Amino acid sequence: MTDSTSLLEARGIGKAFLGITALDNVDFTLERGEIHALLGENGAGKSTLIKILTGVYTRDHGTMRLDGVEVTPASVAEAQALGIGTVYQEVNLLENLTVAENLFLGRQPRKLGLIDRREMRRRSKALLARYGLDIDVDALLSSYSVAIRQIVAIARAVDLSGKVLVLDEPTASLDTHEVEMLFSVLRRLREDGLGIIIITHFLNQVYAVADRVTVLRNGRLVGTRRLSELPRLELISMMLGRELQHITREHQAQEETVADTAEAPIRFAGYGKRGSVAPFDLDIRPGEVVGIAGLLGSGRTETAFLLFGIDRADSGTASVDNQDIALSSPEAAIAKGFGFCPEERKTDGIIGDFSVADNIALALQARQGWAKPISSREKRTLAENFIKSLDIRPADTERPIKFLSGGNQQKAILARWLATEPRLLILDEPTRGIDIGAHAEILKMIERLCTEGMSLVVISSELEELTAVAHRVIVLSDRRHVAELSGDQVTADNIMQAIAASARTEAA
Amino acid sequence: MIHSRNLPFVTTLAILIIAYALCVLQFPNMLSTRVIGNLLTDNAFLGIAAVGMTFVILSGGIDLSIGSVIAFTSVFVAVMVGTLGVHPLIAFAAVLVISTLFGCMMGAMIRYLGIPPFVVTLAGMFLARGAAYLISTESVPISHPMIDAIQGFYFRFPGGGRLTALAMLMLLVFIVGAFVAGRTRFGANVYAIGGNQQSAELMGVPVGSTTVGIYALSGFLSGLAGIAYTLYTSSGYSLATVGVELDAIAAVVIGGTLLTGGVGLVAGTFVGILIQGLIQTYIVFDGTLSSWWTKIVIGILLFVFIVLQRGIIWYSNRKLAEGRLKEV
Repeated sequence: MTDSTSLLEARGIGKAFLGITALDNVDFTLERGEIHALLGENGAGKSTLIKILTGVYTRDHGTMRLDGVEVTPASVAEAQALGIGTVYQEVNLLENLTVAENLFLGRQPRKLGLIDRREMRRRSKALLARYGLDIDVDALLSSYSVAIRQIVAIARAVDLSGKVLVLDEPTASLDTHEVEMLFSVLRRLREDGLGIIIITHFLNQVYAVADRVTVLRNGRLVGTRRLSELPRLELISMMLGRELQHITREHQAQEETVADTAEAPIRFAGYGKRGSVAPFDLDIRPGEVVGIAGLLGSGRTETAFLLFGIDRADSGTASVDNQDIALSSPEAAIAKGFGFCPEERKTDGIIGDFSVADNIALALQARQGWAKPISSREKRTLAENFIKSLDIRPADTERPIKFLSGGNQQKAILARWLATEPRLLILDEPTRGIDIGAHAEILKMIERLCTEGMSLVVISSELEELTAVAHRVIVLSDRRHVAELSGDQVTADNIMQAIAASARTEAA
Repeated sequence: MIHSRNLPFVTTLAILIIAYALCVLQFPNMLSTRVIGNLLTDNAFLGIAAVGMTFVILSGGIDLSIGSVIAFTSVFVAVMVGTLGVHPLIAFAAVLVISTLFGCMMGAMIRYLGIPPFVVTLAGMFLARGAAYLISTESVPISHPMIDAIQGFYFRFPGGGRLTALAMLMLLVFIVGAFVAGRTRFGANVYAIGGNQQSAELMGVPVGSTTVGIYALSGFLSGLAGIAYTLYTSSGYSLATVGVELDAIAAVVIGGTLLTGGVGLVAGTFVGILIQGLIQTYIVFDGTLSSWWTKIVIGILLFVFIVLQRGIIWYSNRKLAEGRLKEV
């Protein structure tokens, strides 16, 4: 990759936020007439890299060349003027304006200082005709489907910049037919010599449309490969960070604690929700850790939302101790002894300005109801016990929780649920964004809890983590439960095989 | 075909026509150019201020300072001309500069300090009202040959109605306002910011200068409305026009502009003003009704329009969802 005439060439890009490295020495090259996929799990640094390339963030390290000339775009407008246009997933165009107004906002054709609407209409028609769209450009953008809006956004971005087009999750809310429509537009643009960067987590789409792929993990470059020479399984292993080798399980000792013969007290049968997760069966025994694995967007978090009643299932039944239950809300789930630590700790987990003690007492208070308030003395005793047993630092019950580190916040949230003595605890990405020391402690805690007879469901994109703690692993792909591994089958290798196998049948 | 986004405007227009027809049925005398001429003159200052408010609301903001700025302007002009003997044109120019700068300052605070428009313009409201009291707490009469000339100037309609200078000024402001909103880049930017400020920014709209411009325009038009009010009452009084900003907001909303911003027409605000004026005229004709009925009817209309707007949004969302289902 020493071609000096590459369209866009970024070398050694680095970026840190408040001392936490988001990108570390990443190289990225985009050729003319190429569709280049950018892949990685949440927090891998995809969006940071894109934001640096498109002028939203400024880089701390590295160089960036466009057509061989060094550039440093300081704003979106500057990147646009240089020739780099972006289409974001959600924040996109203005739905309250017409299609033509959206296409020409800020650069409307004018006659005698006034906007020339007729000319604007004519040019909009001509522009969209190049994308095979013949629509009423005077209709509001909101009257069209997401796919058409997406193409209008692409038309605007290409017309404005014309060298590099960045698409952030463009297919997230499109159906198959619409995706095909979008891809044919992208292929045509590629023939025109445009360089296109596409972020997506649908592997089939990557193989369908992209020429090359760059994979990031934990802010580092894993590699850039030509897709025609890259088997699916290898791509998955690049993303999930496990070389293909047989890994023996690390917790054989616990195997005996779970009696396979025991009737599972918590059962979900045919449980699912249309558009979210296909119906699945799940039995959870006491003292068992069920892992949930899958790529980003495969339905991991959606499964957790169903189990905890955040989303309501539209098929199947849930039962506890052979009694059917209706999980209509988290409140109902808590009443049944369920607990849930969400993935987005900062927004969905902690209440930043509340003290550690208040945060810990929250779920217990919710279960008792507002009529029986927990006194501040009880709260403090409760918090002190957990601070001691979970080693939360600093050991200060009254400190606002937002001043604690990520790992200690996570422990406090765990304490919140442990205080309610749950029988099923669902952990969504329990170790995301916490340092290595706390990471190991949390895994140890999971093991301890299950030896005490609690059931756990652990969702994680770190395969080593899952294989280390889980007795069984459910593999998800494309919002379906595609495989269940147990005992000696629980290896990173097998999980990746299962994901790849399902992706292959999908493509066929 | 009527676009769903123009539905609120069309509804307002229909309500105006029907209401006027009903009034005429009861009081045939209301169908005269005299009534129309007076209606325009009586609401001229409110109409001018409401044009500024339309831009503010289209951008998703609010300006509570309008009534106070009008009072300040009228007292300022009255004292300059009536007490100090300054030429009216100089007083007008000075007060327009002050009110425009005042609007600029509020816009800059909203944009660059990130303070909500409600809070900034609330402070502006107290500030301008206080400044008016500071100049004079008395009602200051004003008399000048030029002002008399402006007040005496009018075109005669057939049928005896008068199109006064004030009414002409308001119509001119509405026409220019409609062009600025619909046919200039500034106007397009206002709609864009009202639609979604973050998207507008990512699409390269100069959000900062546009925001300052919007509140400067509102300040300028409040000043102009203050001048119109001074000419209308031949005096300046610091206790006057309390709550006029709320009448202006009512006219804008009844005119079909969404309070959340991004959707609406300057022409709609004109219809909103006419509806308010019509209700007042009806009460005068009736003679037995309390003038507070104006407020009650405006209140009911506002409720109706807010519900109507909700309904339209709900309906168009549903239609869009149905359309998507068919595609699949």
